[in-house]
Amino acid sequence: MRQVSSKLISAKVKDLCLKAATDLGPDIQYALKEALKKEESPLGRDILTQIITNFEIADKEKKPMCQDTGLAVFFVELGREVELDGLLDEAIDEGVRQGYEEGFLRKSLCDPFSRKNTGDNTPSVIHTTIVEGKSIKISMAPKGGGSENMSALKMLKPSDGLEGIKKFVIETIKTGGGNPCPPIIVGVGIGGNFEKSAILAKKALMRELGHNNPDPVLAALEGDLAISVNNLGIGPMGFGGVTTALGVHVEAAPCHIASLPVSVNIQCHAARHKEITI
Amino acid sequence: MAEPKKLTPPFTDADIEGLKAGDLVLITGVLYTARDTAHKRMMATLAEGGELPFDVAGQAIYYVGPTPPMPGEVIGSAGPTTSSRMDAFTPQLLDLGLKATIGKGLRCEEVLESMQKNKAVYLAAVGGAAALIKKTIKKAEVIAYEDLGPEAIRRLEVEDFPAIVVNDCMGGDLFKSGVEKYRKD
Repeated sequence: MRQVSSKLISAKVKDLCLKAATDLGPDIQYALKEALKKEESPLGRDILTQIITNFEIADKEKKPMCQDTGLAVFFVELGREVELDGLLDEAIDEGVRQGYEEGFLRKSLCDPFSRKNTGDNTPSVIHTTIVEGKSIKISMAPKGGGSENMSALKMLKPSDGLEGIKKFVIETIKTGGGNPCPPIIVGVGIGGNFEKSAILAKKALMRELGHNNPDPVLAALEGDLAISVNNLGIGPMGFGGVTTALGVHVEAAPCHIASLPVSVNIQCHAARHKEITI
Repeated sequence: MAEPKKLTPPFTDADIEGLKAGDLVLITGVLYTARDTAHKRMMATLAEGGELPFDVAGQAIYYVGPTPPMPGEVIGSAGPTTSSRMDAFTPQLLDLGLKATIGKGLRCEEVLESMQKNKAVYLAAVGGAAALIKKTIKKAEVIAYEDLGPEAIRRLEVEDFPAIVVNDCMGGDLFKSGVEKYRKD
């Protein structure tokens, strides 16, 4: 067994929180710059230019690119030969606490009824899988409320099939319009059960832009959906244009013979995620 | 793109009538911030016959919950939040003379009607452009509900704050006209 201290995990998580808030990944930067070249709407180009300038300032001055520094979502792959000296979730939350305080990041979590802020941006949402090996891979995504609010889940009938799935995805994006800060990235989770589909949709958003699902059927669906979404004409911030989504990512899993769960998780253009392997 | 129009609150009816959906504007002067919980508290105050933390007549409210300021700075990153969450409260404030709201995303029918009735506009700032917008904010002072942290009401002094007219007081709607132009069926 390999011993790993909680302190080390907290320190690494703190770094992930700090980096994610200010430093947009090269895949998103590239996609936004390409979108600027292709956008037909003059106002759309103006908005994309502001978005690009913004992430350049954020990176250069180490300032949060968006004031919504998000709810911290983690996907953890924990090697089964790792022995921790404490609880994984507690170590991660301690890292979030430190990162959000030191980075002057906004604490955006509250009690659902009193709406009183929890004060330290915890608890995080953590999805852990036990895998082979001695390492721990931690992927962190600060998820903003605006795009999360435009997400949706529906239990379709198996007879709705592929057409039903496409219709639900397009309707969800159309309803959201300019609210989730387009250009967006769309994560679609198909199958599993009620909660599994939502986790698949979230996981789909962690994938690097520009890479289709290796399954050719799902890759084709991603391509079709991307065309349909961009044909909606929503455009940057919803003011019209040819750039509505920078990408559509689909993940799927087997489901019950009676069900066809579909989740659509929407991600704004400030698509922040960082990962580290310890 | 046409040159942005320069604006300074408080706004008169004539200022508002001069704005059309799709216009770019640069605001210099005072903006007040308020979002979800601050609006709820203001409504409770009005229901009890109390006075609002600031006189809304002629003013603009910016829907924002900034990050905390770093040492030596007046405010943190400060981009707009989704306006529709304030829809339930907006018509009452427009009736009291509020002239502009600034946020992102769609407004409901009641807000659109109230803006026409009260001669007011809805402006959008670019969502997510928070580090860029921050640079236009020269002063920030919490004037009410300090316990709400990022949701407290702040009085901002801004210089050339960039925004886009989404809904004008004549019923012009940039969301509808813009999307119509680029939609492919």
